[in-house]
Amino acid sequence: MSRRIGSILIRAIITLLMVAVLNFVLFRVIPGDPAALLLGGARTSVSAEQIEVQRQNWGLDRPLFPDQVLDYLSSTLRGDFGYSFKFRGRHVADLIVERLPATIVLVGLAQFIAIICGVMLGLYAGWRRGGAGDNIATGASLALYSTPAFWLGMILVVIFSTALGWVPGYGAHSPGAIAGSLDWLLDYLRHLALPVTAVALGLVGQYVVVARAAMSDVVTEDYMVTARAKGLTGGQMLMRHAFRNAMLPVVTLITLNLGYVVAGAITVEAVFAWPGIGGLTVEALNARDYPVLQGIFLLLGASIVVANLAADLAYGLLDPRVRQ
Amino acid sequence: MIDSSHHKASLLEVDGLSIDYGLKGISSRAIDGVSFALRAGEAVGLVGESGSGKTTTAMAIAGLLSPNARVSSGEVRYRGNRLPIDDDAAMRPHRWTETSVVFQGAMNALNPVHRIVKQIAEPCMLKLGMSRGEATGRARELLELVGIPADRGAAYPHELSGGMRQRVMIAMALACRPSIVIGDEPTTALDVITQAQILKLLGELRSQLNLALILITHDLSVVAECCDRVMIMYAGRIVEDGAVSEIFAKPKHPYTRLLIDAIPNPANGKKMIRPIPGDPPNLLTRPSGCVFHPRCPSAIGICATEVPSLEKCGQGRVACHLHRSSQQDRVSVHA
Repeated sequence: MSRRIGSILIRAIITLLMVAVLNFVLFRVIPGDPAALLLGGARTSVSAEQIEVQRQNWGLDRPLFPDQVLDYLSSTLRGDFGYSFKFRGRHVADLIVERLPATIVLVGLAQFIAIICGVMLGLYAGWRRGGAGDNIATGASLALYSTPAFWLGMILVVIFSTALGWVPGYGAHSPGAIAGSLDWLLDYLRHLALPVTAVALGLVGQYVVVARAAMSDVVTEDYMVTARAKGLTGGQMLMRHAFRNAMLPVVTLITLNLGYVVAGAITVEAVFAWPGIGGLTVEALNARDYPVLQGIFLLLGASIVVANLAADLAYGLLDPRVRQ
Repeated sequence: MIDSSHHKASLLEVDGLSIDYGLKGISSRAIDGVSFALRAGEAVGLVGESGSGKTTTAMAIAGLLSPNARVSSGEVRYRGNRLPIDDDAAMRPHRWTETSVVFQGAMNALNPVHRIVKQIAEPCMLKLGMSRGEATGRARELLELVGIPADRGAAYPHELSGGMRQRVMIAMALACRPSIVIGDEPTTALDVITQAQILKLLGELRSQLNLALILITHDLSVVAECCDRVMIMYAGRIVEDGAVSEIFAKPKHPYTRLLIDAIPNPANGKKMIRPIPGDPPNLLTRPSGCVFHPRCPSAIGICATEVPSLEKCGQGRVACHLHRSSQQDRVSVHA
């Protein structure tokens, strides 16, 4: 057991290092000189000497390997992700930390709703395979699964914001709201309603499909025949024998998806101008703000690795067969 | 159909039972007019090839018919009372407390995510109303009874060998003190040595607990080892029923004879398997008359037109025109 956890941890650390190195390489192969870019590029007249001074300050005159990559790794480990181009003089880490809560609230809540609804619906559909409920749930979830979430977001805005005017379709707060008050919270929740719905609808289909497939595999297993032969009722068979086995693939999916909570829903955040990581990514892309993008990519990579780690560990808790 | 002198002693009576499976409007008959009686403590082998109806017969007795099965005639009586075998919910109290099943435990019949002691204790809690502690105690006793140290109860199924898992399956089947245990090919996935151990264990437990045992198998040697009586099934019908010793020494039905001939016996210099010619019948287009006549080497004219009934013949029963009482004289010529 502990040896298994140890090897999982070591693997995760190696993967993280590789993610960091890949991230470094990725931004070095992009054409363009950061120093020239920061000093204004072709639009302003900056002398070659000035650019050279800047390059030396940043260590860009030194070889990529090993000097620059080691520099990058050591500052990354210290939590120093450099400065943003667009937001002059601001630390990348500060920018990300500032935007992270909005994304975690949005995607976290949407995941929570999608998991609860999707898994229950999927398990039910798989248990009653071929019934009317199964057909409706499977059909609807496949339709949602194949629909882009940002398109759902636009439709939601058109209906519930523009036409009906029930909830706002833009931003996270109304202007002039006082942070911390009850009105502020209610206002925030009203702004949250549509983006959360869009992200949750985009995610729910996946959970229904996976939970249904897992459950319909389980109901044909021999141990379900044993459970029936033991004289268990349908409910006892479901709760005591089918549920935990059917949850194995579902839990893997949930933990893996939790890695994407920090990455945000880039397109949905863009549609709703939600001030999260997704929005920051789009802003940084438009401004060619490489340090910020590099920071976001690293965060995304790291959270996926951590989510994989969590999935491995969770699976071991649920399934005795992988514990050895 | 059933010998009335057996009535009082019979634990279980199957009377003219026919079961159809329906699939998309097409229905095929899995068993056709099956009748037999089982006494308490008796061990009966149910032998036949795939699709002969042996499993359907056993599952009907256990109340485990699948939802697409339909009982079209006949009934099953347990201790004189008719069993509602086509009503899933009504059969629930009967299951495991009266009739339990030893499935192929070597395969996937045990739930992979629960400790074995919990799986054995489960029916004790749910069916006998024991507390968790009592049920666990009973499960540990049962493990010892089948030759597994009680401390191994904390193991998960995948941590045990195939033979051990089969022992767990047997312990589980005994949990609620049933009077009938059905063995559904309980030794099929095991090596011969383990197979012999499991059969020995089943035999010992049977006499110790006075269990009636119904052993489903396609392996006659398994029956020879631990049954008193054997019923040979072919295409949904019982074709021969009799004491094991008698049937092996003097098989009456041509199918039984061919089955026994098909067992390789190196001791007699019979090293090659002698297969039965022809194919098993298609249950959708079952042959007229005796279902075995297209493959039968001794078939006579009447076999293709008239269905032979299962009639008393000596100590057992046989369904064959060659053995009808009115044709006893001809039998001696043909057999």
